[in-house]
Amino acid sequence: MASTDRNAERLKELRTKHGRSDASLPERPAEPAKDLRQAQPRFRGLEAGHRACQGCGEALAARLVTEAAGPDVMISNATGCLEVFTTPWPQSAWRVPWIHSLFENAAAVASGMEAALKAQGKSTKVLAFGGDGGTFDIGFQALSGMLEREHNVLYVCFDNEAYMNTGIQRSGSTPHAARTTTSPPGKARMGKRHLKKDLLSIISAHHIPYGASTSVAYPADIRRKVRRAMEIQGPTFLLVHSPCPLGWGHDGARTIEIARLAVQSGLFPLVEMERGEVTDVMPIRKPVPVAEYLKVQQRFRHLFAPDDPRALQEREHLQALADYNIEIYGLYAEEADPLDTEGADTVRRGGLAN
Amino acid sequence: MRQALEGSLAVAKAVALCRPGVVAAYPITPQTHIVENISKLVADGDLETELVSVESEFSAASVVLGAAAAGSRAYTASSSQGIMLMAEVLFNIAGLRIPMVLTCANRAVGAPLNIWNDQTDSMAVRDSGWIQLYCADNQEAVDSLIQAYRISERTEIPVMVCMDGFILTHTLEVIDIPDQGQVDAYLPEFRFQRRLDPSDPISLGALVTPEHFSEVKHSQHMAMFKALPEIVEADKDFEAQFGRCCGGLLTEHGDEEATVAILTLGSIYGTLRAAMDAHKPRKKVKLIHLRCFRPFPEAALLAALDGVKDLIVVERALSPGLGGIVGTEIKAVLSTARKPPHVHNVAVGLGGRDVPLDILPRLLEALKDGTATEFSIFDADLSKLPEEDR
Ligand SMILES: Cc1ncc(C[n+]2csc(CCOP(=O)(O)OP(=O)(O)O)c2C)c(N)n1
Ligand code: SF4
Repeated sequence: MASTDRNAERLKELRTKHGRSDASLPERPAEPAKDLRQAQPRFRGLEAGHRACQGCGEALAARLVTEAAGPDVMISNATGCLEVFTTPWPQSAWRVPWIHSLFENAAAVASGMEAALKAQGKSTKVLAFGGDGGTFDIGFQALSGMLEREHNVLYVCFDNEAYMNTGIQRSGSTPHAARTTTSPPGKARMGKRHLKKDLLSIISAHHIPYGASTSVAYPADIRRKVRRAMEIQGPTFLLVHSPCPLGWGHDGARTIEIARLAVQSGLFPLVEMERGEVTDVMPIRKPVPVAEYLKVQQRFRHLFAPDDPRALQEREHLQALADYNIEIYGLYAEEADPLDTEGADTVRRGGLAN
Repeated sequence: MRQALEGSLAVAKAVALCRPGVVAAYPITPQTHIVENISKLVADGDLETELVSVESEFSAASVVLGAAAAGSRAYTASSSQGIMLMAEVLFNIAGLRIPMVLTCANRAVGAPLNIWNDQTDSMAVRDSGWIQLYCADNQEAVDSLIQAYRISERTEIPVMVCMDGFILTHTLEVIDIPDQGQVDAYLPEFRFQRRLDPSDPISLGALVTPEHFSEVKHSQHMAMFKALPEIVEADKDFEAQFGRCCGGLLTEHGDEEATVAILTLGSIYGTLRAAMDAHKPRKKVKLIHLRCFRPFPEAALLAALDGVKDLIVVERALSPGLGGIVGTEIKAVLSTARKPPHVHNVAVGLGGRDVPLDILPRLLEALKDGTATEFSIFDADLSKLPEEDR
């Protein structure tokens, strides 16, 4: 069945479910894009129609972050997928003031923007966006300086765990044993040799007022954390786990499911930190075995090679890393987290179920 | 007001007169006194600005980029290794057409590590798209800085004001610091058309594909040429307001009918002027100070060289494997001239080597005996080198 047919079917289903006959619904508008936008209940900082791959976690996460941050912001964006897929000149998907300078200076450019706004007596909030490469690695010095000088900036790292824009090379954020084009598995290697850098702890060691990790699988959690950060006068930091279908090797339709598995397995813990202390975590009721997360991604396929003893060893290693997170952050809990909405609100964002 | 001031303090005072909203800089010899003096002006309440004490020159340049994009007048300063660390951002600022001013306290670039003056640093970023003005003395360093903001804000091209490290930055001279009222009359408030503003959002710094890149570069290139009359006019208007000028694109001194010209950039010009007075050369000689190196003032230079038979280009930088940088560029420009002078090119004063007054008679002597024709590091003492390195 062609996908448009499927959509029509689904629409019919929903209409019946909600007790609306076809006749009671308005005709398809002549300019659907304009009408949809008018029907948008929320502010959109990042418009649709950009050039991200289908199912790009970073694109969705950036939309959620800018939606929650509202219109009175300006963004400094590091070089990377987000910058490229939202802008090729003369088009731009941004509805808020936005500047891209370089790969490693988003935090310093944001510092300057904030200093200028301060000098002008304005309260507009400055946001800085970077990928994990631009944040964990090459842009880290500028970020550390920005945090130390206490600029009133919310820095958001969209963590897709590799340099995606340049074709999937390893970064300091790439998980242990993952395949990238610069950490390929082979006879002598099992993917990336080193561990994922514990960036949040390093950020937290700057004793900033607020830093948190969140995931594109939990939109309500992203919104709450962005709003929290927006209220603070001072440096704040968000690490948003954002699967990349191209780099991780999964179907674009499974982005949310995979991001959810990362959290539920304990590999990507969702924590909040204030002034260097962990203040809250998203609990996991039933920790999922790490293998469940790994096996749905091509980047870990070599860990399931049937007769390679190293494969089992590395899987166990990754399980141990997840168990460690569960233990040190106290992630295990009987109760569900109220923000663990099982993705319900992403469906509502489609505009059909109202 | 005329005061005896160290060059760096004079520059800091000039910065304050321009009322920058944001200043960001990182210490490096010989620029350090500028950021220290600005910090003191801020601490004493004599300058109201957001002073961002960054963790590197890379961030200093990035901070002023962000600040100007967000609508504030911005200032930074650096030298040598700092300019090198900024290089990527300098190209970016110019490419984004963001107006701002940077003082380069010229210093050699290591290795070998050397903190003293030459102009290798600013010469290394000559293709970054910044306007470059070189200062012959500290009065020019002050006056050019004020003019630089006007030029930059009218052309949307960043301006680098180059002053020789130590020789200018650390030297006490009698300098006339203009009053605030006069500077305010000369320099209007900062208004950047393309600034970031939530009430009128724009996207700055988008990816540009091959379809448009050449056109963007063409317009940047043309904008540089269009800046030439702005530079001249800024200096003329400055003269009308303050009663002195910096010579526009270049300054000439000496015999108008000269057949020998000596061209230089920066403080060597002052040395050569003093040498002219002291040595009174028998030949008809004139001096040319090339104040504006980017954009390259081709027409003004050709006019200044009309009738000149021998041109000695004296510069404080070296392109290893080529020779002189300014000299080579001038040769290229002259290749289309009707009766081009013969160009002789020397580097002197590298890494802070003293340039004494007798440089003038020695250069003229070398011209006479023909040894100045090939490029050389004129004041290198080859006897200090092993035979095989000479
Ligand atoms: C100084 C510098 N080095 C390298 C590059 C090339 N480069 C551009 S984007 C990029 C990777 C971006 O990776 P990341 O920050 O993780 O963002 P993503 O594309 O994955 O969202 C690299 C290596 C560059 N632009 N500048
Ligand atoms: S490569 Fe990955 S991060 Fe980049 S646009 Fe595609 S899905 Fe998004």
